[in-house]
Amino acid sequence: MTATLRATPSACPACAAAPAAEALAARALPDARIALSLPTIHCAACISKIEAALNAHEQVRSARVNLTLKRASIDAAPDVTAEEMRALVEGLGYEAHELDAGTLSATATDKAGRDLLMRLAVAGFASMNVMLLSVSVWSGAEAATRDLFHWISAAITLPAIAFSGVPFFRNACAALRQGRLNMDVPITLAILLAVITSLWETSLSGEHAYFDAAIALTFFLLAGRYLDHRTRAIARSAAEELTALEVPRATRLRERAEEVVGIADLSIGDLILVRPGGRMPVDGVIVAGTSEIDRSLLTGETLPVFAGEGQQVSAGEVNLTGPLTIRATAVGAETSLHRMADLVAIAESGRSRYTSLADSAAKLYAPGVHILSGLSFLGWYLYTWDLRTALNIAAAVLIITCPCALGLAVPAVTTAASGRLFRRGMLIKHETALERLAQVDTVVFDKTGTLTSGMPRLTNLDTLPRDAMELALALSQASAHPLAQAITLAGRDGGYVTAEVSDISEVPGYGTKGVFEGQDVRLGRASWVGAAPRAETATFLRVGEAAPVALTFADALRPGAEEAVEALVRQGKRVILMSGDTTPAVEALAVRLGIAQWLAEALPADKAARVKALSDQGAHVLMVGDGLNDTAALAAAHVSISPASALDAARVASDIVLLGNDLSPIGAACETARAATRRIRENFRIATVYNIVAVPLAVAGLCSPLIAALAMSASSITVSLNALRLR
Amino acid sequence: MNVLAYLIPISLILGGVGLVAFVYTVRSNQYDDPEGDARRILSDDWDDRPKP
Repeated sequence: MTATLRATPSACPACAAAPAAEALAARALPDARIALSLPTIHCAACISKIEAALNAHEQVRSARVNLTLKRASIDAAPDVTAEEMRALVEGLGYEAHELDAGTLSATATDKAGRDLLMRLAVAGFASMNVMLLSVSVWSGAEAATRDLFHWISAAITLPAIAFSGVPFFRNACAALRQGRLNMDVPITLAILLAVITSLWETSLSGEHAYFDAAIALTFFLLAGRYLDHRTRAIARSAAEELTALEVPRATRLRERAEEVVGIADLSIGDLILVRPGGRMPVDGVIVAGTSEIDRSLLTGETLPVFAGEGQQVSAGEVNLTGPLTIRATAVGAETSLHRMADLVAIAESGRSRYTSLADSAAKLYAPGVHILSGLSFLGWYLYTWDLRTALNIAAAVLIITCPCALGLAVPAVTTAASGRLFRRGMLIKHETALERLAQVDTVVFDKTGTLTSGMPRLTNLDTLPRDAMELALALSQASAHPLAQAITLAGRDGGYVTAEVSDISEVPGYGTKGVFEGQDVRLGRASWVGAAPRAETATFLRVGEAAPVALTFADALRPGAEEAVEALVRQGKRVILMSGDTTPAVEALAVRLGIAQWLAEALPADKAARVKALSDQGAHVLMVGDGLNDTAALAAAHVSISPASALDAARVASDIVLLGNDLSPIGAACETARAATRRIRENFRIATVYNIVAVPLAVAGLCSPLIAALAMSASSITVSLNALRLR
Repeated sequence: MNVLAYLIPISLILGGVGLVAFVYTVRSNQYDDPEGDARRILSDDWDDRPKP
């Protein structure tokens, strides 16, 4: 049935029918599967408009918009490019970004989620039917009728549990094989023992059968599992979308012709063209061109570095002014970008030592339950010498104490809290990230790209002579360099007019020059205009032979940075600034934000070591950073946050990703995490109270299946409702 | 009590039909875009002939 249903519209029957086409297919390109992210679509009209426009394109085979994921998937002829599709959608007035289809394919079918949902549905169906039959038994069915109902219940329950309980059985087996106890061991034992004693009772036409309890237990616990899974699947798919937004492509030069290829296809010795604004795809040596490169993501320095022939460049650096041709010396996993992953792996082994609240509860709980149940079995057996009574009571104890509410206590709260934070623009990637965030007492910020936006701002506009500024404005308009753009922006906002400079040309890697009233004017690097270099970020203007004028810059603050630092300080947390940038730049920012402790010119290993040292002193460190130089520190910290603009490696290493540009949710997130952890503990307490009330009844042998069912449902529902109170 | 002989199988079959229907919806990807499907029903683009 499913095979015919699932046939995708992309499957080309002709290809399947003619195996001879395979030889051809090796040369012909496969069909283009293009994915676009459409963040601004919101209604039925958007869907029809975009689908109609895409389907009207003659080479598009089919296009479908998914409003939930805000994404369009397009099936098209091989020569259709994503760029073409993007332009088409942007022409309709919607924002569109290309997504890397290769990265997304993993999210397309959430197999594990579907599997859990199916088991949940079967358990739900079975538990409703069995409950219905049980109600008639509780309300007084007798003799043959009761036996018939028990047998029907057994017939429904046995296959349903065999199918639905598999996740618990599997986990329990894995834990036992390693000689450990987890939450699934008492669950499995309770379910199996309940089913076996009930079968035995039924065959002797006994009064008490726990089929309803066993299947309801499975249903509630699966509901908890499914909630847990969904929360994480949503976060994972959003994180994958972030990764997919960076399409890994490079321009390769081969026999003077340019071709665009995937980064995976590059090999050592290839010549690669990197245009201004592009990121280095591989490690390499510059063979042609001069430019400046921005290494802030790797080292935290804001000052662009000169790049000329023969210089080494690393993957991840951004080319600023002139086109560069580089010869690849290391590709893929060999690049310095990827070697950083080793540092991350080492740091992460430390983090896995954290035991979640649920696990530590299970550690106390699982042995206690088994001992209690074993003792009541032994006690009753010695008292009555009746195996049947003793076994029945042991099963009742196990069912009553089964961690049904405990299984829901954590997932219900984390789902509620993650959903709340997601709406504020935070993505919780790790399952225990919230619990760890609640413990944080020290916050370490990176500077470049985290507290600052990475966009420079002109700082000495007031002290500059007006004619110098007008000259600088004229020269800066010819360049796409970030410092030049900052001058242009400041000049326009200040109402300056451009001076009449002729013969303006950009000298990649150095600056721009022109002729003004017969004199040579230059705007650019200190060494090029003959000025003394300065500590802060600066560019220089020289008119003829006059002394150069300095234009200084500072990084603009990221929106919400001040609020975030203020909120954290108000919560009594220690805030530290750690950066790879120069001392004056870091000091200026620390003073501006009121951060007392700061560390400048830190190497990546320094940062990780400092974070580790803080942890060794007993501090719980929250690391907020974006660059490659922060990656090891992010992994070493107790919990870590990175902005969406961060490098892929940094996002992978961190537990929480900030989706927007704003930093201010960090303060509120700490509060929410605290509230969530408090709620989890409260839930554990509620579950314990139910146990304390019901366990003596079970041990005394007074617990009927009705009481077991009531206690279980009531505690599960209270725990879920309590989780929803979270704000 | 003989009515049970009819009622129990009937209730089980009805429940089973619901279960099978649910399994069918999951398998045919009907939960992939709940928001989009809720809006799509409002547009009359594919009213005359269903979308391939």
